[in-house]
Amino acid sequence: MNDLISTVDWSRAQFALTAMYHWLFVPLTLGLAVIVAVMETIYYRTRSERWLAITKFWMTLFGVNFAIGVATGIILEFEFGSNWSNYSWFVGDIFGAPLAIEGILAFFMEATFVAVMFFGWKKVSAGFHLTATWLTAIGATLSALWILVANAWMQYPVGMEFDPAQMRNVMDDFWAVAFSPVAVHKFIHTVFSGWILAGIFVLGVSAWFLYKKRNPELAIRSIKVGGWVGAIGMLITLWSGDNSAVDVARVQPMKLAAMEGLYDGKCGQELVGIAMLNPDKQPGDDLDPYLFDISIPKGLSLLATHSLNGFVPGINDLIDGIELTESGDTIHTVSYAERIAMGRQAHEALRTYDAAMAAGDTAAMSAAAADLKANYQYFGYGYLSSPEDAVPPIGLTFYAFRLMVCIGGLLVLVIAVMLFSAYRRQGWLDKKWLLWVAMLSIPLVYVCSQAGWVTAEVGRQPWIIQDLMPVQAAISAIPTATVILTFCLFALIFTGFLAAEIGIMLRQISKGSKMDYESLKD
Amino acid sequence: MDTLTCLQQYWWLIIAVLGAALVFLLFVQGGQSMLLCRSLTSTDRKLIINVLGKKWELGFTTLVVFGGAFFASFPLFYSTSFGGAYWLWMLILFSFILQAVSYEFRSKPGNIFGTRTYDVFLFINGCVGCTLLGEAVAMMFFGGEFTVTKTNILDGAAPVISQWAPTHGLEAIICWKNLLMGVMVLMLARTLGALYLIMAVSHDESFHRKMRRNLVVNAAIFVVLFLVFAAVLLTADGVQVAPDGSMQWVANKYLHNLLDMPVVACIFLLGVVGVLWGIAAPLITKGYRHGFWWSGAGTALVVISLFCVAGFNATAYYPSLTDVQSSLTITNSSSSIFTLKVMSWVSVLVPFVLAYIAYVWYKMSGKPESPANVDQVY
Repeated sequence: MNDLISTVDWSRAQFALTAMYHWLFVPLTLGLAVIVAVMETIYYRTRSERWLAITKFWMTLFGVNFAIGVATGIILEFEFGSNWSNYSWFVGDIFGAPLAIEGILAFFMEATFVAVMFFGWKKVSAGFHLTATWLTAIGATLSALWILVANAWMQYPVGMEFDPAQMRNVMDDFWAVAFSPVAVHKFIHTVFSGWILAGIFVLGVSAWFLYKKRNPELAIRSIKVGGWVGAIGMLITLWSGDNSAVDVARVQPMKLAAMEGLYDGKCGQELVGIAMLNPDKQPGDDLDPYLFDISIPKGLSLLATHSLNGFVPGINDLIDGIELTESGDTIHTVSYAERIAMGRQAHEALRTYDAAMAAGDTAAMSAAAADLKANYQYFGYGYLSSPEDAVPPIGLTFYAFRLMVCIGGLLVLVIAVMLFSAYRRQGWLDKKWLLWVAMLSIPLVYVCSQAGWVTAEVGRQPWIIQDLMPVQAAISAIPTATVILTFCLFALIFTGFLAAEIGIMLRQISKGSKMDYESLKD
Repeated sequence: MDTLTCLQQYWWLIIAVLGAALVFLLFVQGGQSMLLCRSLTSTDRKLIINVLGKKWELGFTTLVVFGGAFFASFPLFYSTSFGGAYWLWMLILFSFILQAVSYEFRSKPGNIFGTRTYDVFLFINGCVGCTLLGEAVAMMFFGGEFTVTKTNILDGAAPVISQWAPTHGLEAIICWKNLLMGVMVLMLARTLGALYLIMAVSHDESFHRKMRRNLVVNAAIFVVLFLVFAAVLLTADGVQVAPDGSMQWVANKYLHNLLDMPVVACIFLLGVVGVLWGIAAPLITKGYRHGFWWSGAGTALVVISLFCVAGFNATAYYPSLTDVQSSLTITNSSSSIFTLKVMSWVSVLVPFVLAYIAYVWYKMSGKPESPANVDQVY
């Protein structure tokens, strides 16, 4: 059992490592593909050699980033089978479909047309090349769509039913899986956050050009395109973030409570702006959850329920199964202890069903199936030992969420000021402090982006499928030492390639800043 | 035949076609495995890299789609094989990571490790990727050491349904039958690689001479290995599935499958003839450069027929050497009828996808690469 738990931890670490490395490259691919496509469209319409040079410069950076994103992506797909084999069987009937569709409909499009994008300048017409560039951007976005549909389904499992004869879940409504509100909001939030990241990347690199006083016109034109893409991304990300918060409040209330460090909820719940968590705080005790906090009155109720006096449950409320109405009445829901009992009852019913099926006793099978169905929504709780096992790591979820929101707020200002400067106050772009802020925004936007995923994935622990399967029931029977070894190998390879990518990017940026841009016809 | 059975067979055929495409596209790996040949000049290497570098994504994408399609249509295989033969699949993945970045990074300034290192990475992917993928497919005939017990999911202490031998795939890598097929696939890939380079590179007699020599050596080894593999396969035991779902080992199962399915036997023989003609034609006729298409098409046909032999005619396509009743068949490992139907609607778009890939391939092929126009793209 200890080895099993250790294998779970290391398998989680390996998946997190791969996912975080993958997410270093993918958002830049998603956003930069659009930025490059817009730039090439301008070139196509103006036939300006300068716009062609701008397009090719950013396309080179896109290409360096694209390859390593592809490399890390394939690992994620196969790790579902290699490290989470039980999961692959338990929900493969539903989860596999989006991955296959992604490959067939999106990844082929991306991989086919990216070759035209890089090598087709002299082989195809300008119109065909532009089409290929846009199709690469669309392919990358569609690819993200299906992956995010799969991820959203893990957080909000819909469109399926449990088949006791095969001991797995089977899909019964594809559209419910593909277009669940969680999937739609997650897709929009994630893809447009990629636009922000790429926009900030372009602003930061352009700021370096200006700082070095090299090819300023290239830099300002890039700021305009990158800034607009980033600004659009920011607006849509803010809107979808609000929708995502409502989704989380509705389908993953424990995650929301962890994001807020909220133990005892109330109607008109305040939103914690800045706070330090009390490290000694545990569910059920009387300690103050924060060492200090600055909160916005009724803010969380407004965000989570779109009502100033809406009730937001805390960790203790959820464990105890308590909700309040806006008039202050207490409603008893299903406590976590009851959920554990129901989960265990579902397991027992499944055992009974299996035995009855082996004996050919159809009456007993029907009775067991009915019992199972009545308790199945809490099937995963049957693997937990105590209600506290269903509480995610509070500190990591809480601080990651704050990091994402705070940096996001700062980036709104950076994009706004840089865009305004490029259009109305180009003199501001001579100010070194502003250029430094723009350059430093590049690492910040990556931290922001990673923090978003940490919030989403750590906050849903211990579930690999919300309420139905905890991580310890999802793994493969592999010795811990084996997973540790592959974890180290992945860490070594990814880190080596990340260092190489940064090295190449820096050289390409330097090369771009020294190109003979001014001599080109506009 | 009921709808579910039809869909299961349809999806097995799609898996076969994807597998065929993957093996066909291994010509890229085959070409990479020649990169470190001492007889090659630096210009030769640039030519090889430039020619193969425009095609590597297709093979990589096909591998991703192959994995995704297997996951969606036969999830029990996905969970059993990937989670069980862990080292085999991990080594395949490691080798493919190396490929993905090497083309893009190798000649770029600031790449830290130097061009030579990335060429070694491509060589490793060429050799290891082909051999291990061949071994993974060989397990569909020669089996693996696993058991499947679905009730384990209710065991809180050890809830894993698919259990594998403690060596987790290392035993499969060193199994001589798997190794035979793995090395055979490597030699086939090198043969296809040589044929592709002969077709895609022009105006260089010296380069062609070297590739022809490579073709002769690799094709000769491949043909010998293929004959041995065919003999081993056709005399091997396989797992027969009874109408009640029970399974047992029977002698010469794959030979019987070929004889019971004459269409598959014809496809197999046509494929073999195609491969051999593709190899022979450029050697017999001086100046003929399109043997690649014959051998490539032949390879695809042989792979499709092998998948049919492995999965059809009441055969377990993934025999368990530990517990024969745990063996995987297209019936007991497939997705539900609903999911297979959904995926089948999606598969209607596959011809459209193939059409635009073919169109882009055609548009991007242009004139063959030659030393005169070798601008270092990678």
